[in-house]
Amino acid sequence: MTTLNRRSLMKGVGAAATLSMIASTARAEDKVKIGFIFLGPIGDYGWTWAHNKGREAIDAALGDKVETIYVENVMEDASAVPVIRDLAQQGCKLIFTTSYGYMDQTLEVAKEFPDVKFEHCTGFKRADNVSTYNSKFHEGRAVLGTIAGKMSKSGTLGYLGSYKVPEVVLGVNSFCLSAQRMNPGATVKLVLIDSWFDPPKEAAATETLINLGCDIVTTHTDSPGPLQILEQKGLHGFGQGADMSSFAPNAHLTAIEDIWGPYYVARAQAIVDGTWASTDTWDGMKEGTVVISPYSAAVPADVAAEADKVQAGYKDGSFDIFTGPIYDQDGTLRVKEGEVMSLADLAVIDWFVKGVESAS
Amino acid sequence: MSPDFIIAALMTVVGLTTPILLAGLGELVVEKAGVLNLGVEGMMLMGAISGFAVTVFTFNPWLGVLGAAAGGAASSMLFAVLVLQLNSNQVATGLALSIFGTGLSSLIGVSFTGRIVIPFTSVFPDALAKHPLFEVIFGYSPIVYFALFMVPAVGWFLKSTRAGLILRAVGENDHSAHSIGYSVIGVRYAAIAFGGAMAGIGGAYFSMVITPMWAEKMTAGRGWIALALVVFAGWRSGRLLVSAYFFGILMALELYAKASGFSVVPSQFWAAMPYLMTVVALTFISARGNAGSNAPACLGKPFLPSN
Repeated sequence: MTTLNRRSLMKGVGAAATLSMIASTARAEDKVKIGFIFLGPIGDYGWTWAHNKGREAIDAALGDKVETIYVENVMEDASAVPVIRDLAQQGCKLIFTTSYGYMDQTLEVAKEFPDVKFEHCTGFKRADNVSTYNSKFHEGRAVLGTIAGKMSKSGTLGYLGSYKVPEVVLGVNSFCLSAQRMNPGATVKLVLIDSWFDPPKEAAATETLINLGCDIVTTHTDSPGPLQILEQKGLHGFGQGADMSSFAPNAHLTAIEDIWGPYYVARAQAIVDGTWASTDTWDGMKEGTVVISPYSAAVPADVAAEADKVQAGYKDGSFDIFTGPIYDQDGTLRVKEGEVMSLADLAVIDWFVKGVESAS
Repeated sequence: MSPDFIIAALMTVVGLTTPILLAGLGELVVEKAGVLNLGVEGMMLMGAISGFAVTVFTFNPWLGVLGAAAGGAASSMLFAVLVLQLNSNQVATGLALSIFGTGLSSLIGVSFTGRIVIPFTSVFPDALAKHPLFEVIFGYSPIVYFALFMVPAVGWFLKSTRAGLILRAVGENDHSAHSIGYSVIGVRYAAIAFGGAMAGIGGAYFSMVITPMWAEKMTAGRGWIALALVVFAGWRSGRLLVSAYFFGILMALELYAKASGFSVVPSQFWAAMPYLMTVVALTFISARGNAGSNAPACLGKPFLPSN
């Protein structure tokens, strides 16, 4: 018969596949282990890429005291539970779960491991050993909306999103309201593609938005695919999560960069020092968590000036796009003249502002 | 609706359809030879990274497509050795190939992340390829025309050539084919390699044409749709073309419905349609009994000549 053993070969194939999913960096028994759950691949050049940069910042700052482990491509369903549990069982003292869809799974595992600390990104449920942290991406969206509203010739803007979760709803509303500040007649066509990362679908959705009259499309999904379509069509868009200008040098106007490093290092330090406590952190442009990439040459000076004003306003606290009057899609007044929406209201927002055209 | 609008929409449909059509055609031939290869997703990703990498190094997208075919075929050979030589379970091995291809393409792709390639130039003169009306026929990458050419080519091969007859015989009754002297294993190797090459080119359509970049898992499940497509098409190449475009239109409809604010049915319904339609098609095929089914009789069964 054959000399190759079928079963051992199959085992090898399986092991190789598992190894590719779980990667670990430095190894030492006395170091504090810190785990990360990632939604996409670290090479997505967007959301997960930015979180991984934050993880690398921990390695750089505290590499002699801590060791970081991460798992990529973790689905936002019940299958996340054993992955998070596995990190806890491997001895992680602090675990970052870096997407909204891990909310209940994080709390479930946190109950089983009261001595392990958890940090859930963009959620709103906390416990004694579960913190939440978020970034005011919508401040960045206000800058993009300002640029889009002033630059668009058609006044019809495209917004490519993932799911109807508060983070995306805030982004859409901030983008739309900001565009309307520049051009009161501006409307935003919204497509939610039910995925954070699906380059072909993102590309097709971008083509669809362009065909429906959008001349600027912003993305709230994680790949640079839409920008490449805009580049091919000679139109403009924005990077998401990271500077994506290398993918579309002409189409890329600017990008929202997520800077997680300082927060991650501070929380890791707190674990090392034993001072960690459950908190809710929601930083933005002021704290340097949301950074706008340099504007491209395609952004005219007057547009850049308006965008800079918004940035400056957020940095000194004098500007908030969620200042009334704000009407929802049905025309109902949601925020009265002069009122500013509270962070608590923003965190659970589930309605779109007037001017957003969407199917849901 | 203006002609421009319809043309742009049709071109989106072509973009959505071409990769699943290519991968589906390859898988159709593999299954006709009696082998079920569930590794399409992995082979597409291997093709996507191979094609991209070759194009980065050679600046020649034609060589890139050859590289994609080679990458897809090479990864399929891993599967072929396991199922043909060692008679391992085809379903399990195919799934392993999908996982392996995903992982290996990610590993190879690390150094290619963040780079872009020059896309194909049109095969037709700009007067046709960039013409506002005629671009709907002439304005595509060569891979699109290759896919359309392969539909009748595969149909003709299976139906009208001696080699195609042998391939079908191997898929319908491997022992009979073996007893009259045909190499069942050899034919299946060739079929699996062809399936791998086609899946590879389908994958390259993502990394070289739609979005000329490499991103891990960029096929995002299209390999599984290609598998469903083969069943939906009842193992017939002509019907595969119609089915692939039907799926492509459904995928485009989902996006157009969402972007136009059309909310009579939930958007998730559109996303589920290709899979729902496959279930419906399977039900019909089963209900019609064996006579209506074109499924190869030896599909998924290992060939053990000693028995």
